[in-house]
Amino acid sequence: MDKIVYLDNAATTRISKRAIDAMMPFLTEDYGNPSSLYSLGQKSKVALENARKTVAEVLGSRPDEVYFTGSGTESINWAIKSAIKLKQDKGKHIISSNIEHPAVKNTLKYLGDNGYDITYLESDKHGQISLDALRSSLRSDTVLISVMTANNEIGTILPIAEIGKLAREREVLFHTDAVQAVGHIPTDVNELNVDLLSFSGHKLGGIKGVGALYVKKGLLLQPLIHGGGQERGKRSGTENIPGIVSLAAALEDAVGHMPLREVTRLRDKLISGVLKIPRTHLTGDPINRLPGIASFVFECIEGESLLLLLNQHGICASSGSACSSDSLDPSHVLLALGLSHETAHGSLRLSLSVDNTDEDIDFTLEKLPGIVEKLRMMSPLWNG
Amino acid sequence: MYSEKVMEHFTNPRNVGNMPDADAVGEVGNAKCGDIMKIFLKVDNDVITDVRFQTFGCGAAVATSSIATEMVKGKTISDALSITNKAVADALDGLPSAKMHCSVLAEQAIKAAITDYYEKQGIDPTSHVGCDMQCEGCGGSH
Repeated sequence: MDKIVYLDNAATTRISKRAIDAMMPFLTEDYGNPSSLYSLGQKSKVALENARKTVAEVLGSRPDEVYFTGSGTESINWAIKSAIKLKQDKGKHIISSNIEHPAVKNTLKYLGDNGYDITYLESDKHGQISLDALRSSLRSDTVLISVMTANNEIGTILPIAEIGKLAREREVLFHTDAVQAVGHIPTDVNELNVDLLSFSGHKLGGIKGVGALYVKKGLLLQPLIHGGGQERGKRSGTENIPGIVSLAAALEDAVGHMPLREVTRLRDKLISGVLKIPRTHLTGDPINRLPGIASFVFECIEGESLLLLLNQHGICASSGSACSSDSLDPSHVLLALGLSHETAHGSLRLSLSVDNTDEDIDFTLEKLPGIVEKLRMMSPLWNG
Repeated sequence: MYSEKVMEHFTNPRNVGNMPDADAVGEVGNAKCGDIMKIFLKVDNDVITDVRFQTFGCGAAVATSSIATEMVKGKTISDALSITNKAVADALDGLPSAKMHCSVLAEQAIKAAITDYYEKQGIDPTSHVGCDMQCEGCGGSH
């Protein structure tokens, strides 16, 4: 396989050149522990605090509202599990959506199994949730709302600012999983009215194994991980300096590319080209969607087969089909849109970055129709 | 995660397509779970002379269907009935454990087609196929 056409940037991204350059000294000469007093350690400490400032600038927050973690998933676990403890006298009711990433979904499932009452707002066919439904779900014992900023499978951008406004009015804490959003669309915490915001480095050009959590000033979140008291006592474990530096540098780089007009143009070109294939449907919101995510379902075929054939042409993509996971059910997100099981099995997500070119899109649009046709010719469900 | 043989059969499936004049047809699985296998047989004097398949499913589902058609072609009905899911998986140099159900589906598709053959001949398939085809694995197609 010669050329790779990487269209799976929602899974992970290429590490940006700027991130590699920024982190390299901390993988080689500047290896000191930021908790150490001598100059080598303090060099790491300075890099850590500069990274924190960079992230804070992008989020519109104060630096001391930013905490670094080991992943987006860790940030999410910490935010949700500790936020509810702050309000334990008020009650045990949490509101979320039925299209959340497993990091939120399974954290809530765990809490649901341990005495919490979870309301999952139902999304419409575009993956949007209704503010009226949210309003009527709020109860006197509601302690937390957790709704994702943008969905990883279908790219739908949710009305976070409005949800946050409602949460403030009702004095309910609000967390958003912004893993797919930060570095892709504006995520100013003041505009979004959020109390807690989670994201990850490797979805925006940083390395894997580093995440961050924004915690609004005044929220005295208990730590999830106890130990040596790093991150101002809130998240122990020696700081992943190379990772944190890479996250900050990649974020600066990503924000510099916003508003991603070129990525959006390529996405739209891809969408209109793919939709020329018969019995093919766009999933997610046609308007309010992430610049990089094009997602579809093809009737009568199965996603894993599709991915294997795309891979033979060097095209990297994802699917929410059951066979691309370990369960028999297709993705809960696609089912939440009201798609049938059989249709949801034929899903494909193509996610772009600033590295993609017209040539990548043309190549994909040249190969995809034949691949879909080949699988349909094999399918007992297809009758022409 | 797949053997070269699985990928080879998935990429170049043998005996794929419809067979309008088939002597017997077996269909197992269901679209809800993401796997359907349909096998068509031509039978002459108790020998399977031709076979086709249509499959909706993952790479392993296509590959097990393809190799199963190769395994039954030219065999007598009773020899075809002795093909196990393990034999199907072994012929593909193994399958990932999460995909073993595809080989089960292939075995069942062959049995479903042979059951159909017996029924069309006016023969009670139960004693031959050794299964009343009421089990869930067949998708209740019989």
